[in-house]
Amino acid sequence: MSGYSPHTPEDVAAMLAAIGVESIDDLFAHVPASLRARAAIDLPPGLTEPELRRHLAGFAARNAGALGPAVFLGAGAYPHWIPAVVDQVLLRSEFATAYTPYQPEVSQGTLQAIFEFQTFAALLLGLDVANASMYDGASATAEAVLMARRVLPGRRTVWLARALHPHYRATVKTYLRGLGDVQIRELPFGPDGRTDVTGLDSAVGPDALCVVLGQPNVFGVLEDIGGVTAAMRAVGALTITATTEPLALALVRSPGACGADIAVAEGQSFGLPLAYGGPGVGLFATHERHVRNMPGRIVGETADARGRRGYVLTLATREQHIRRERATSNICTNQGLCALAVTVYLSLLGRNGLRRLADVNYQAAHAAARRLEAAGVPRVFPGPFFNEFVVHAPDAAADWEGLAEDGIVAGFPLARWYPELSGSLLVCVTETHAPDQVDRLVTALAAPGRAARSARG
Amino acid sequence: MLDEPLIFERGSRGRIGWPVPPVPDGAVPDLPPELRRDDDLAGLPEVGELETLRHFLRLSQWNYSAATTLYPLGSCTMKYNPVVNEEVARLPGFAGLHPLVPERLAQGALELLAALESALAAVSGLDAVCLQPAAGAHGELLGMLLVRAYHVDRGAPRRRVLIPSSAHGTNPASATLCGYEVREVPADARGLLPASAVAAAMDESVAALMITNPNTLGLFEEEMEAITAAVHARGGLVYMDGANLNAIMGVAKPGDMGVDVMQFNLHKTFSTPHGGGGPGAGPVAVRSPLAEYLPVPRLARRGETLGWSDDAPKSVGRLRSFYGNFGILVRAYAYMSRLGGPGLAEATRLAVLNANYLRARLRGTYYLPYDTPSLHECVFSDRHLQEYDVHTLDVAKRLLDYGFYAPTIYFPLVVKGALMIEPTETETRETLDEFANAMLRIAEEARTEPATVRDAPHNTRVARLDETRAARRPVLRWRPADPEKTGESA
Repeated sequence: MSGYSPHTPEDVAAMLAAIGVESIDDLFAHVPASLRARAAIDLPPGLTEPELRRHLAGFAARNAGALGPAVFLGAGAYPHWIPAVVDQVLLRSEFATAYTPYQPEVSQGTLQAIFEFQTFAALLLGLDVANASMYDGASATAEAVLMARRVLPGRRTVWLARALHPHYRATVKTYLRGLGDVQIRELPFGPDGRTDVTGLDSAVGPDALCVVLGQPNVFGVLEDIGGVTAAMRAVGALTITATTEPLALALVRSPGACGADIAVAEGQSFGLPLAYGGPGVGLFATHERHVRNMPGRIVGETADARGRRGYVLTLATREQHIRRERATSNICTNQGLCALAVTVYLSLLGRNGLRRLADVNYQAAHAAARRLEAAGVPRVFPGPFFNEFVVHAPDAAADWEGLAEDGIVAGFPLARWYPELSGSLLVCVTETHAPDQVDRLVTALAAPGRAARSARG
Repeated sequence: MLDEPLIFERGSRGRIGWPVPPVPDGAVPDLPPELRRDDDLAGLPEVGELETLRHFLRLSQWNYSAATTLYPLGSCTMKYNPVVNEEVARLPGFAGLHPLVPERLAQGALELLAALESALAAVSGLDAVCLQPAAGAHGELLGMLLVRAYHVDRGAPRRRVLIPSSAHGTNPASATLCGYEVREVPADARGLLPASAVAAAMDESVAALMITNPNTLGLFEEEMEAITAAVHARGGLVYMDGANLNAIMGVAKPGDMGVDVMQFNLHKTFSTPHGGGGPGAGPVAVRSPLAEYLPVPRLARRGETLGWSDDAPKSVGRLRSFYGNFGILVRAYAYMSRLGGPGLAEATRLAVLNANYLRARLRGTYYLPYDTPSLHECVFSDRHLQEYDVHTLDVAKRLLDYGFYAPTIYFPLVVKGALMIEPTETETRETLDEFANAMLRIAEEARTEPATVRDAPHNTRVARLDETRAARRPVLRWRPADPEKTGESA
């Protein structure tokens, strides 16, 4: 026998005898023979563990990982240092190989950690309650719009900021495809990089369901959330914010404090590796009064018969296994281990470390932006920003792949998402970028051709 | 067991668990005051590194898990999650890879994804695979969006989706999310879906049948080929929930059964850790007529290199950010490579052997509502215990005292008081015997000392928890007692 099954021939023989059949084939006799005859899997034989390691290392070696080029990419996935303790906890099999805590008496570890996660999400987003997590920031945004529909049934117009990350906008559109009654309208961005809300007061009417804004938005620019919530409140509509870089919220007024009704975020920045874009984890928070319309799993505090504090999955009557086609969402799990990573990370950094790390990011990005400006590479949008900003560098944008081959990924060429921003690069600077890497970034953007030549030696 | 408060109840003012680099000097202007957070992050913990590590290690000890004990949750396929997969997924070339690097710097990742797509196509007998969905339910949502797009392209989305009575609750929820009305189709006395019932329910208003095969009773739908033919005859599509694929690898391919679209649960069949709820991955495979509707971006080969393409005018769009749960996809690919084609078929054979062994050991003592031959799981009920006023929930709780996680209970809904047991292929005969002995002993206790069973569990960190109180007066987060620690709120 091969693979991960422990059966000896004697085991198999004894088990077949207990079952009362001659062979394992007999257990499949009721499957139509026409299907069985064609079912062989056309894949090569298995590898030993050393062969597997070599095989996978071969794939990994063809990627630019953490130790490769200097990468100044954010745009929805952010490089941050991950404390060693985070991964040590994720490797605990007791967390990693458990499932949804259906039996709370032997799942208190998972449940208490989720309760702590919910507390972190609510505190950071500035709202009363949070769920046990969603798949990622983009799908959490789509779920937020679906939730707004349950809070305000009958309303049909969803306003999406054009400066909301395009993956988030696209995901909202996909989730709404099957529900033909919703209309999507786009809010443009202004010359400062913020969503242009002039005229929003007169544009929104009693049909308005919600507006969705990034905070910071896809250009790294911080939005004036309060200005938008006022217009939405005036017509009884909801404001939803979506944050791709939640570290910003350690420094920036929280969505809840700005009047957002639902706030979601991608949690990857808090202790998860980039991992080519996934898995991430969606944070989702709202007001207490909306909790029964909230999607996803929720953990609540209670007590056992002896009065000891404990935690359970709760408010399950919203959910698919009870409500079936009337459920708030089809989601049936949370992003458990990723939510745990966020919980460990935020515990370690805590009140003091998180604020300081946000300051480091803010300072590092602003210092880099100033140096670029001094080197003749201006920022495109004057609006306030956190650790990401857009510069105008047409030569570097045109030679983006060439520069990457020479060891510097100089941000993201925004024309791929916004044709009107050709020649622009979205640059992210965090605590992970060493001073010499920033030097190379400045050189590369200021004079891409020369940088390429000198790097090639 | 060691007690442990909430992390928010630990710590001391000014403590920090992880040193952050100093803030660089620089005359950088502050954020404008109206944008600044003004609560000083009050409420967040101030704890040390060892304090934090110890907190979470203690919590971990309060969990049962598939690595520490048999975790026989039916339909969840809690098999061994190989340790080597954790190691390879953490290689810097995978873990440190930003999703937006130029494609030439991600060729290894793209080649791995292409190889995984091919491997899943080979297992399913279908033509095209999309790796984007983050979970099984996410894959179901995509599957139904594809069904809708297919019909819209042919005139109208149609109105209805047929779902057998034994289906997982996500199936009707996913269909509704795509704007479909759900009509239930009842199974027969053997627990199987008769093709005649499907044919009778089929008309031109039906967009698709959503079917799980083997079904949630662990039974192979013996009339599957006639069922899919009946759906196709009226222009409908067949969606197969692949949650139970572990029962049929190398035995029957969904493509050969007439399935048009299905999702895989990589965290079940292909052994990525369940993570206490996630992250999973729910790739979707389709027959070629549905391929043009698959999400963007798609893998595309351009000469020697692989890249992403958005060029798909009929695509349903995107379901999430970036490309999928890559870290999970690496683990699943590692698992498939380690087993290979023959090893995957062997896994299925031994999973079915293990489940049938448990079935043989428990039948008679526990009531088996359907005597039909079953595959990778078996469903019993508490009928024989009712005369002692002992019920399925009690059996589940008592199993915890014996050191086992409980089976899936009260599901599928078609069996009253269901106990759904899926041992998987990675358990030894001795472990199965220990589990069966515990089950038999509990049945005996139900007769001789029913209160012991009814009051279980006795040996766990907490006894039965008051779920009614949790739902009636929800306490969903920690709140500071100290008024100084108020947090920022509207």
